[in-house]
This record gives sequence, C-alpha cells and structure tokens, in this order.
Amino acid sequence: MNLNLEKINGFSVLTIQDERIDAHNSGELKEYLLQMIEGGDKQIIVQLGHVRFIDSSGLGALLSGNKHIVAKSGRFALANIQKQVLSMFELTRLNRVFEIYADLNEAFSNEG
Amino acid sequence: MCSSFIQVDVVIQTQTKYLDLIGSIGERIAKELDNFTGDRAALAYQLNLVLTEATVNAIKHGCDNAPQNCVRVTIHLQENELNIKVFDHGQGFDLETVPLPDFEHPGESGMGLFLIRSYMDSVTYTRQSDYNVLEIIKHLK
Repeated sequence: MNLNLEKINGFSVLTIQDERIDAHNSGELKEYLLQMIEGGDKQIIVQLGHVRFIDSSGLGALLSGNKHIVAKSGRFALANIQKQVLSMFELTRLNRVFEIYADLNEAFSNEG
Repeated sequence: MCSSFIQVDVVIQTQTKYLDLIGSIGERIAKELDNFTGDRAALAYQLNLVLTEATVNAIKHGCDNAPQNCVRVTIHLQENELNIKVFDHGQGFDLETVPLPDFEHPGESGMGLFLIRSYMDSVTYTRQSDYNVLEIIKHLK
C-alpha cells in the first residue's frame, strides 16, 4: 500500500495514495496504523481523497485504528472522503463512530 | 445480439490480488448499461463492492486446500435482471445464521454480507454436492 505520513500542526497526517482499499491491502493499512499508535502517535488524520473504493475490510482497518487510539485517549479523524466512499460510512453508520471532516483545515480547526 | 445481454464467466485462484479485477468487471458493466436511468456512479460502486465482498467470502470460506483451489464468478445480465453467482468448494455456511452487524459496537469484520444484502434485491447461498453457490440478484431500473 502506498502511504505518505506527514506531521502538520501537531497532527500525524496519513495520506492514502492508493485508489482502492480491499481485503488485499487493508491488513497492511491496519498494521501501519497500529504501529503509528504504538509508536506514540496520538492525533491521527487519515486523508482519503485519493481513495475511490473501500470494502468492509478497509472500514475494519480504520475502525481498528480508531479503537486503539481512543483507548489511549488520542484522536482519530478522517478527511477528504469521496462521495461514494462516504456512502459506505453512512450505510454502516460508521459516520457516527468516526470524526469526519471535509478537509484538513476543518480537521485542524475542530477541537474534537 | 441484444445490447442488454451480458454473460461473463471468470475463474480465479483463491488469492485476494484478483479482487480488483473482479470488482472492476462489475464497475464496467454498470457503465455499459444502455437503458439504466438511475445513479450510474452509485451502481458502479455497488457492483464493484458486491463482487469484491462475495469473492472475499468465497476465498475465506472456500479454500480448504482442495485441488480445485479456485473461485468461479458468473455475471449474467438479461433485460433488467442482473444475476451474480459466486461458486466455492469449501465447507459452506448457513446464510440465515449470519447476524446483522452490531451498529452500536461495530466490529472490524462481519459487514460483508450486510453490504451485499443492502445493495442487492435477493441473496441466497446453496450447498450442492461438491460446491456452494452464493447467488445475488438485482433488478435494474
């Protein structure tokens, strides 16, 4: 999986460069997020702007990251979600679980 | 041949690297439909998703180290009915005992069949003597 990690405004901003997250690469995303959290990252924003497809295992990988960081009193947010991908969060009601922002600036300006 | 008739028959090894290929076929079919008046982008996503989830399901439940370590997917479109069948050679499972996801305490897995059922009109899973078939039907408008 093609991932890009940057530190911006005190946040760890993880940009997923791939267009597709499915059962073939979601395990890699889940493992990467766990390593970030175990390495001390407490404020993570995942940018999904390039992602045009996500399946249930991809949602599961993000859910795993969210659960682990919340357990450490950290913050996990999603930004730049494409329309069809967002409909998956709505159908599974995960839009009530995740902090979801239109873009990075909105995520930065919200205290969570 | 009538433009609203499509028949696709694909056999893949039980490896997740082929999910993109299978899902993409569904997406392309949605884009090729002549008389579909609904949200084409949404349908393309849904067919990609349903084929992906159904194939993952067959890979997970159907491996079994059998000599025929493969998943067969057929897609049949005639008139307004889209019929998808995914065949596996595993132990199979009882579709009726698969629970709904717990939306209040969502788990990291167990949403695949819920997604398929949400987007499609009919889902059945039938055990035959030497294979199982997940049959999915959607009526296109």
